[in-house]
Amino acid sequence: MLNGCRALDLTDENGFLCGKILADLGVDVIKVEPPGGDPSRQRGPFWADSPHPEKSLYWFAYNSNKRGVSLNIEAQKGQEILKELVKTADFVIESFPPGFMDSLGLSYAKLKSIKQEIILTSITPFGQAGPYRDYQASDIVTMGMSGILYQTGDPDRSPVQMSLPQACLHAGADAAVGTMIAYYHREMSGEGQRVDISRQQSVAWFLANAIPLWELSGVVSKRAGAFRWSVNSTQRQVWRCQDGYVFFFMVGGRAGAKSFHELVSWMDSEGMANQYLLSVDWETLDMFKVSQDVVDQISQPIERFFLTRTKKEIAREAVKRQISICPLSSMADLLSDAQLESRNFWVEIEHPELNTKITYPREFVKSSEESCATRFRAPLIGEHNGEIYGEIGFTKQELDALKKAGII
Amino acid sequence: MDNRNGVFSGIKIAGFCWAVVGPLTMKYFADYGATVIRVETTKRPCTMRISAPYKDDKPGLDRSGYFNHFSANMLSLALNMENPKALEVAKRLVANSDVVMDNFTPGVMESWGLDYEELKRVKPDIIMLRQSGFGSWGPYAQQPAFGMILAAMAGLPNFIGWPESGPLPVGVSAYTDCISPRFASAALIAALDYRNKTGKGQLLDLSQFETTLYFIMPAILEYISTGREPSRIGNSHPYAAPHGVYPCKGDDRWCTIAVFSDEQWASLCQVMGKTDYRDDARFSTLPARKQNEDEINELISGWTINFTPKEVMTKLQSAGVPSGVVKNAADIYDDPQLRQRKLFWPLQHPDMGLFTHLGQGFELSKTPARARTPSPRLGEHTEYVCSKILGMTDEEFVELMGAGVFV
Repeated sequence: MLNGCRALDLTDENGFLCGKILADLGVDVIKVEPPGGDPSRQRGPFWADSPHPEKSLYWFAYNSNKRGVSLNIEAQKGQEILKELVKTADFVIESFPPGFMDSLGLSYAKLKSIKQEIILTSITPFGQAGPYRDYQASDIVTMGMSGILYQTGDPDRSPVQMSLPQACLHAGADAAVGTMIAYYHREMSGEGQRVDISRQQSVAWFLANAIPLWELSGVVSKRAGAFRWSVNSTQRQVWRCQDGYVFFFMVGGRAGAKSFHELVSWMDSEGMANQYLLSVDWETLDMFKVSQDVVDQISQPIERFFLTRTKKEIAREAVKRQISICPLSSMADLLSDAQLESRNFWVEIEHPELNTKITYPREFVKSSEESCATRFRAPLIGEHNGEIYGEIGFTKQELDALKKAGII
Repeated sequence: MDNRNGVFSGIKIAGFCWAVVGPLTMKYFADYGATVIRVETTKRPCTMRISAPYKDDKPGLDRSGYFNHFSANMLSLALNMENPKALEVAKRLVANSDVVMDNFTPGVMESWGLDYEELKRVKPDIIMLRQSGFGSWGPYAQQPAFGMILAAMAGLPNFIGWPESGPLPVGVSAYTDCISPRFASAALIAALDYRNKTGKGQLLDLSQFETTLYFIMPAILEYISTGREPSRIGNSHPYAAPHGVYPCKGDDRWCTIAVFSDEQWASLCQVMGKTDYRDDARFSTLPARKQNEDEINELISGWTINFTPKEVMTKLQSAGVPSGVVKNAADIYDDPQLRQRKLFWPLQHPDMGLFTHLGQGFELSKTPARARTPSPRLGEHTEYVCSKILGMTDEEFVELMGAGVFV
């Protein structure tokens, strides 16, 4: 949909997803990385467990559909070349520490003087200003500073992280939205601007009910392990089954009554619903008011029932009866999932250097007008140097010289 | 409300949406100036409107903290789609809209006669954005889905918990509801731009299940490459030690510390006043620290427990060591960084009084998000929408009202 737009993506792993979303929407995204490769290429996991900068799976995951050049923007010549590229671009996306671009003479004001309507999107842990601006942060630090970590884990232990980094993904996706809003404005008015993304803020943006609960009731939301924390009771949401786990939680009232009715009627048909369960009025069950005792009485027979069934059996019946239960999917489950298969979600992409094809998500949105599919794998280091620098007028001899000088 | 200047000024969105993914998507557009009309009914109110906490603990459709926190800048049109005369009003709304959004279980819009083909007949360049749990078709399409359950479907709890115990849920319910709107909004803005340039509308279909898989992609690729399923690793990190959550002074107070380099380790030792650890062969390199991680974690806990989380953060940050407070909701509410960046908008609301509405997650230098109106009472803008946007005469309006359409 955005064919004809170009983005220069200077981000490290803290910003990859922004450019990935834009690239899937049709933007020509050029990943600009230092000669020798982006440092994130050193991070595992690696293809076939073989550590190599061209085999980083994190790199593969979030840089498909992007082309790539190498460029040392810390050298003066590199900065000159970047400025030439900026003239051809609509967006510059970066995730350096606040002030770093300015120190290279690549501030927003400078970029604007080169290309008046440029949009500069910056992704940092806490934003471009404010008391935490210069704080150092990794994912666990950011997740802690944004409210989710405190609410995750067992009540009798320390909070526990999601071991797969999440804050950079919330921020990266938010950056794509912010960049698009700025783009829409530019298309209407001709004016570019600066988009300032904070990882802390992107995560803190959605804490469900926690902020109103604090403001109106003075109650701090707590972590409750495998349970769902609520003011008067905790309700199990992680349930063991015969060969794994399923997730299900009690939703009373109209939203959840149908699910409950169906579950109990399934259990009843298997002779495993007790009198208590059959007598509950789900329509009037108020999960905020319900007592722990009632929750426990409802839970016990369900707990026993799930233990007699496999993940697959529960999932199949849940789909059939439209009950809101899902299995905890393994990676293997996801790759063979019937829903994803029916929507043609996976796509195989060629990696000629590895002599293989790798399965990727095809697209995050299905558009009736334009395909947003993953078309090609993430770039190798400097893969499109000839092509892209050629476009802005560099000859092969000049490029060889730049390579010798360590600029590209 | 007539005066909506902003990036999306003039864009009208009809939202057949409810908790939580639909309203969050509409929010991006409402906060940047679009006229966002939430189509609702008292006959079956959004679950957010009937969620505690309520103002003064008194339940009421306009008193829910959950609903009112997330709904600034939107208009509310009360329209009971089960009433036979409602469809005509809905179609007039579509005819006057640029975008129709829905996040109901697939089939609901169709049952009302508001499927994409019909919308197109009414407004040929309409953009329809659909965003259900599993997507508009496929074997699970009809399954009711909540964010917490979808997060498990997408595998996230595999990454949460301790090696010796089971998987744990994400610490914020409706997690997938906050992931999908970002993908959806980026796509919708692209679609609006595409329409402006080509005259063509379109149907956009997203699935929360699918968008959430983008948040675990490296692990899927790792499985494809090595056959290895994710394992639960507590608070450790393959490339950092010490790395974790440490106890602090106070009731259930914690801080994070993440040391990725030998320099950061040296700084941490300095701040702790334990420079002898720095050169200790058990700790001086990352592989050594990983090997002796339990011992290190104990030593650090023995130090952090003497301070508040803020004291630890301040000491370590001034020495360049990544560290932070593990903030709870009360801390977030008062966070100086988030306050400065105006994450929260205190707005006067007729039922809530002065109440914190959520702002936007990022800053645009030239066209900032603006708080214009507090969250709407159910049906607050029914008459406004009918007369000013749909061009209804007073007679028509009164007649339809008498027929019970606007409830």
